[in-house]
Amino acid sequence: MSQDDSYFAARDLSMRFGGIRAVEGVTFDVRKGEVFSIIGPNGAGKTTIFNMISRIYTPSGGSLHFAGQDITRIAPHRIAGLGIARTFQNIELFSHATLLQNLLIGRHAHSHVPILSQLAFLPSVRQAEIDHRRKAEEVIEFLGLQRYRDQLIANLPYGVRKVVELGRALCIEPKLLLLDEPSSGLNVEETEEMGFWIQDIQKDLGITIIMVEHDMKLVSAVSNRVLALNQGRILSMGTSAQVQSDPEVIRAYIGGAPEPAKEAAE
Amino acid sequence: MRAMFRTSYAQDLLLARSPAAWGWYGLLMLVLLAIPHVLGEFYVGEMAGVFVFAIAGVGLMLLIGYTGLVSLGHAAFLGIGAYTNAILLTKGVPFIFSLPAAGLLTALFGVLIGIPTLRMSGLYLAIATLAFGSIVGIVLEKWHGLTGGFDGLAVPTPAIFGYVIEGRTGVYYLSLAILVAVLLVAMNILRSPLGRAMVAIRDSEISAQSMGIHLAFYKTVAFAISAGITGLAGAAYGHYTNYLAPDGFGILLSIQLVTIVFIGGLGSLHGAIFGAIFISMLPQAIALSRDSLPFGIGRLPGLEPSLFGIILVLVIMFEPAGINGRWLKAKRWFGEFPLHRRAAFRRQKSYAKSERLR
Amino acid sequence: MDELVRLLQLAINGTAAGCIYGLVALGFVLIYKATEMVNFAQGELMMLGAFFAYTFIGMWGLNYWAGFALAIAATAAFGYALDAVVLRRVIGQPQFAVVMLTLGLAFIFRAVAGAVWGYDSVGFLTPFTNKVADFGGGVILGQDNVSIIVGTVILCAVLYVFFSRTPLGIAMQASSQNQLAAYYMGIPVRTVFSLIWAISAGVSAVAAVLLVPVSMIDVNMGILGFKAFAAAVLGGFGSIPGALVGGIIVGITEQFAGRFLPAGSMELTSNIVLLGVLIVWPQGLFGQVIRKRV
Repeated sequence: MSQDDSYFAARDLSMRFGGIRAVEGVTFDVRKGEVFSIIGPNGAGKTTIFNMISRIYTPSGGSLHFAGQDITRIAPHRIAGLGIARTFQNIELFSHATLLQNLLIGRHAHSHVPILSQLAFLPSVRQAEIDHRRKAEEVIEFLGLQRYRDQLIANLPYGVRKVVELGRALCIEPKLLLLDEPSSGLNVEETEEMGFWIQDIQKDLGITIIMVEHDMKLVSAVSNRVLALNQGRILSMGTSAQVQSDPEVIRAYIGGAPEPAKEAAE
Repeated sequence: MRAMFRTSYAQDLLLARSPAAWGWYGLLMLVLLAIPHVLGEFYVGEMAGVFVFAIAGVGLMLLIGYTGLVSLGHAAFLGIGAYTNAILLTKGVPFIFSLPAAGLLTALFGVLIGIPTLRMSGLYLAIATLAFGSIVGIVLEKWHGLTGGFDGLAVPTPAIFGYVIEGRTGVYYLSLAILVAVLLVAMNILRSPLGRAMVAIRDSEISAQSMGIHLAFYKTVAFAISAGITGLAGAAYGHYTNYLAPDGFGILLSIQLVTIVFIGGLGSLHGAIFGAIFISMLPQAIALSRDSLPFGIGRLPGLEPSLFGIILVLVIMFEPAGINGRWLKAKRWFGEFPLHRRAAFRRQKSYAKSERLR
Repeated sequence: MDELVRLLQLAINGTAAGCIYGLVALGFVLIYKATEMVNFAQGELMMLGAFFAYTFIGMWGLNYWAGFALAIAATAAFGYALDAVVLRRVIGQPQFAVVMLTLGLAFIFRAVAGAVWGYDSVGFLTPFTNKVADFGGGVILGQDNVSIIVGTVILCAVLYVFFSRTPLGIAMQASSQNQLAAYYMGIPVRTVFSLIWAISAGVSAVAAVLLVPVSMIDVNMGILGFKAFAAAVLGGFGSIPGALVGGIIVGITEQFAGRFLPAGSMELTSNIVLLGVLIVWPQGLFGQVIRKRV
C-alpha cells in the first residue's frame, strides 16, 4: 500500500468502557486529500473514534497511524502539532474570548517563543504575533467572519459559532481535519453553506477530512468514501451510494437489527 | 461611541490602543509621582498599602481571572515572600537581590503546590489551596526559629545602591515601582501566546488540549507567575508594615486577597486595582464613620468583617462583574447618552450549569 | 492493658470528634449533591445552631430535649430562608462565586452572632455533661462522647429512612440527580432545594447540640467547618456515608497525632490529610469519576 493510500489508518481499533464495547476491531484507511465520512446510528461509536484520534481516550486495543507515524500513545497536546485539528459536536469554543482570540489560540501549535521573552514581549514575540494575526485574518477572510472579529463568542449566534470552530481548526493549518457533526444544530441553508466550505477546504487547501455526520444529504454531497458503523463495528464501507444501498446499513437504520448499544459510549 | 480605525496588525498589540489612553495613563502616572509631595504622611502610607494589595491582586487575577484556577491560599505566598525578603535582608543580603529572591522562591513554592494540584479543578483546587494556606500559616506561626516567634520579626530598612528607602514615602515609591513593573509583565502575558493559553484553559480544557496547549505545563506556569508576583507583594508588604507578625498570614488574609479579585471584577487588570483600592479603603472608611453612625453601630466589634461580608455578598448577587463591570457600564452609559438602551444594562437570565464535568 | 484502654479511649474521643466533623460534612455534601453549591458557611450554621440551643436551654431554661428540637427547627428555618433569599439568586453563576458568597455569609453570621450573643464562650448543662458510662473491664467512657456517637447513628438512620422511603426524600434525590428531569416530573425543584438547605442546616444544629457537652460555644467555633471539609473530601465529596467515614478518620487521626507527634501537629492533621488525599486520591474513598462528554 502506498503512503497516499494510507495517509491515516486505524488498525483493529477497540475501546471499552467497563463492560461496554463502544468500538470493536475497527480498521480503515483514509487517503490523502479525500473526505472520509463516518455514519451510523446514535451510540455507534463515531465520536469515540474521534476522541481516540485526538487522544482524549486511550484505545483499549489496536493502533492509529498518521503520515507514517504511530500516534496511538502520543501526548494529547502534541496531536495539534502533528497537523491534526478537530471540531466538537457541541461546540467547545473559548466563550469569554473574542472570535479573533479564539482563532489566535488555534495558532498555539505554531508558536515557539520562550515564556521569558513573552513576559518581556521582546521584538521576536511581536513579530511572531503579527504573523499569527496575518494567518488568522486569512482564515477570517476565507470564512467571511470579518464582521464578528472582535465580538465575544458568548454573544454570537449558534450557526456562526459553528463556523468559528471550523476556523479555529483551520488556524492550526492542519493536514487532517476531524469534523464532529458539522451540521448539527444548523438549518438547511447553513448546512448547505457548511457543505461548500468543506469542499473548499478539501479542494483549495488540500486538507484531508474525516467527518462524522448524520445528514445524509451533506454526506453524499461532500464525501469520497463513507464508513458505516453500528454498535462499534464496521457495517459497510465504500462510496456514499454503495453504503446507502447496503442492506445491512438500511437494516441498522430502519430497524430489524438489535437495539443499539448503550448511550454511554458516544 | 468613538470608533477606532486600525491600519495595521501591530496596532492591536500596543499596550494602550489610542493616543488618548496613553495621555490618561501618563497623567495618572504624573499624579501618582507627585502625591508624596502634596499629601500628608498618612495618605501616602495608605496609598502604599493600596499598591501592595494591587500587586498581589494582579498576581491572583492572572490565576483566578485569566486561568480560571482558584486559590484560597495566596496569603501563604505573601507570607513566604515577606519572610524570604526580610530574613535575607537581616542576613545582610542587598535589597536588589533579596527582592527578586523573594519572588523566585515564592514562584518555586507556586510550582510545588501547582504540580500536585494540576489534576484538580474548580472546587477541589480551592479546597487544596485552602489546606496549603493553613499549613503554611500554622508553620509560620509555630516555627519560632525562623519567624522570631511571638515577638515577630522586624524588617530591616532596604537600600538600593546606597540610597535608603525610608519612611512612608520610600515604601510608596518602592511599591509603586513594583506595581508598574508587574502590570507591564501582566499586560505582556495577556497579549502573548501564554496569556491566550491561560484563557483557553479557563474556558475549555478539552478544547485547549486539542489546540496543542500542554495543560499541566501552562497551569504550572500560571501558578508560578501568580505566586511569584504575590511573593513580590509580600516583600513590599514587609516594608509597608515594618514588622512581620507570625499569625498574620492565615486564611483571613487569603480570603481578603481573593475578595480583591472578586469585588474588582474577574478577568480584568483594572479590576485588580479597583479591588485593592476597595479592600484598603474599607477599614479607613469604617474608622472615619465610626463615631457618626447612629445607635452605636459604629462601635460593634464585628463591624469590619461583617461589612466586608455584606459587600462581598451584594457584589456577587447583583454585580458579578465587580467594580470593573460597573465602571464599563458607566462609561458606556455616558458614551451613548442620551441614546442608551435600557436592555444593554440588564443582566441575562442565567440557569444552573453543571461544573462537575470540565 | 492500661495502654490499650488509653488507646481505646483515644479512639473513642476521635470517633466522637469525627462524628461531629462527619455531620457537618454531611451538611456540605447534601447541599453540594443537590445544588452543586459548596457552602463554606456550614460551620457557621453549626455555630448559629449552638447559639439557638443556648438561647432556648441556657437562657430561657427550657427542657434539654425541647430546646434541642427547637434549635433544630430554628436553624432549619434559617437554612430554608437563606436559600430562598440569597442562594437561589446566584444559581447559574460560576461555582467559585458561590464559594466566595458563602465565605462572605460566614463573616456576616459571625459578626451578627457576636453582636447578639457576645464574644465570650458560653455553654449549658446537658444530661450527658460530666457523666460516665461504665462498660466494664476498666473501660469507662464519658457519656458526652458516647452521646455524640449514638446521636450520630440515630440521625443517620433517620436520614436514611427519609431519603429512601418518603416521597419527599425521593423527590430530593431525583432533583439532585437531574434537575431538569425532576422539574418535568412535576417536582418543585426550587422548593426542594430550599428544603435541602433546611435539612443541611438542621443536621448542623444537631452536630452543634451534640458538641455542647465537650466544647464551649463561641463565635469562632465555625472554624470546625474546615475540618469537616477534610472529612467531606476524604469521603469523595458526593457521598453521604463517605462524609461520615471521612469525618471519623479525620477525628481519630487527629487524636493520635496529638498524642504521638510533636506539638502543633494536631492543628495540621486535618489539613495534611486533606491535601494528601487530594493529591494522591482526588476522587476520595467513595467518589466516582465522571468525564465530560464531547
